[in-house]
Amino acid sequence: MSEPTGPTGPVLRVRGLSKAYGDAVVLRGIDLDVAEHEVVTLIGASGSGKSTLLRCVDLLETVDDGQVWLDGQDITDPRCDADLVRRRIGVVFQAYNLFPHLSVLDNVTLAPRRVHRVGREQAETEAMVMLERIGLADKASAYPDQLSGGQGQRAAIVRALAVSPRLLLLDEVTSALDPELVGEVLALVKEVSEGGMTILMATHEMGFARQVAHRVAFLDGGAVLEVGPPEQVLGEPEQPRTQEFLRRVVDAGRL
Amino acid sequence: MVSQPAPVGLGEPSALERGRRDYRHRRARRSTGVAVLSTLVFAAVAVLAITSSPGWARTQASFFDPQVALASLPRVLEGLWLNARVLLVAVVAVVVLGLVIALARTLRGPVWTPVRLLAAAYTDFFRGIPLIILLYLVGFGLPGLRLQGVPTSPVVLGTLALVLTYAAYVSEVFRAGIESVHPSQRAAARALGLSHGQSLRLVVMPQAVRTVTPPLLNDFVAMQKDVGLISVLGAVDAVRSAQIESAVTANFTPYVVAGLAFVLLAVPTARVADWASRRATRRQQSGSLL
Repeated sequence: MSEPTGPTGPVLRVRGLSKAYGDAVVLRGIDLDVAEHEVVTLIGASGSGKSTLLRCVDLLETVDDGQVWLDGQDITDPRCDADLVRRRIGVVFQAYNLFPHLSVLDNVTLAPRRVHRVGREQAETEAMVMLERIGLADKASAYPDQLSGGQGQRAAIVRALAVSPRLLLLDEVTSALDPELVGEVLALVKEVSEGGMTILMATHEMGFARQVAHRVAFLDGGAVLEVGPPEQVLGEPEQPRTQEFLRRVVDAGRL
Repeated sequence: MVSQPAPVGLGEPSALERGRRDYRHRRARRSTGVAVLSTLVFAAVAVLAITSSPGWARTQASFFDPQVALASLPRVLEGLWLNARVLLVAVVAVVVLGLVIALARTLRGPVWTPVRLLAAAYTDFFRGIPLIILLYLVGFGLPGLRLQGVPTSPVVLGTLALVLTYAAYVSEVFRAGIESVHPSQRAAARALGLSHGQSLRLVVMPQAVRTVTPPLLNDFVAMQKDVGLISVLGAVDAVRSAQIESAVTANFTPYVVAGLAFVLLAVPTARVADWASRRATRRQQSGSLL
């Protein structure tokens, strides 16, 4: 059952991943690879298991079966230190979860300084460079409640990137935003992906998935029903379930 | 990591998963073993250190004399029954008075300004004044006026002083609860056509009471032992009985007995308070991702 992946293998390899809460099965045998510099988007209805999959990969949930490798290391092994694994994974949540008692700069530099032991000066310089690039430098000393939703979510993305993770997990990062703010966040995600970041993201933005993703995985009932290049999965889906899902999305005016 | 029961929705786990579960199980068992062992060692060291200390024999004779304890128990319990009755009456009165004051402070509109001010002044005054001074003023001062209709029983007057003080605390807890209900809830209630009173009674208060149950129970625990203060007015409650027994036997054991009785009275409430606050936290956090 071991599938060691060397430095040349995928950054993330998921095999047979299952998760259930009591008798409610959320994931049933997920297989998925994310190669280096690859952007994979997870699409599917609410409750199809997208968020749970991301939470399992970040070890926020204990998996009930199957394995997950990060850079060839089996991170589902109970002997493996979850904190060390999480240091190599960046996560951005739907509700951005910025710490309200810290300024934007302190939010971004918290993990570099406290977890990775980078000096304050260096951490702040690096953080300012990133904030500068996304146009939030003037908000560095602002607190999260002084930011718009889009600014908050961009700050949260910068916070996740500040520790130079091997893998970035994005969990419906635009779902809580007003429509006119979605664009600025997606533009940042696009820029990050073009910078070579390896990304696994759950999203409802089909147009964006088509633009940015190298591959799209359609989840239904806790299983990957269809996976492939966006033109194929979104353009000419083979599975009737995928076709039905996309039709409903189109009807709702989201594509 | 907390070990969870195996989910039943998935079929037979793979050999790999079984191995992982075995490993976690072994780890959990080892943790339990370590916990038991360290507790036993700690307890043994503590017992040894205490019983071998030079003053132990005298301490035991003065504070933990079993015969004195047994002899004083009936009277202490009899006194505790008085405390319990006082507590029961006081709790009901405190909740009612506290609620009235809290609601008075939330009244809107210029007409109610004097009521609002009065309520605010009440809480400021009775939270600030030491309970013991209030007990003296009410318990000894009031009967001293020889006014008609003023009760003279130390039990009644002690209860009154207790209620006056605790109602001030509890009204602030209620007020915090009322203010913690998001304004949008009130707006939604008013939008449905409910009146101010109706929205308060049907929408705001039920949520507020749920939020403040843990701190209210905390005040209740505090009150449980403060009912012993009525003894300073001469009421023969558990504390007073212990004092009498202690004077008779020239031994401190009756105080220890009374103290333990109060502790035993407080433990169930403390557990209920823990449970209520855990439930409140769970409710507030349900729906959020982390």
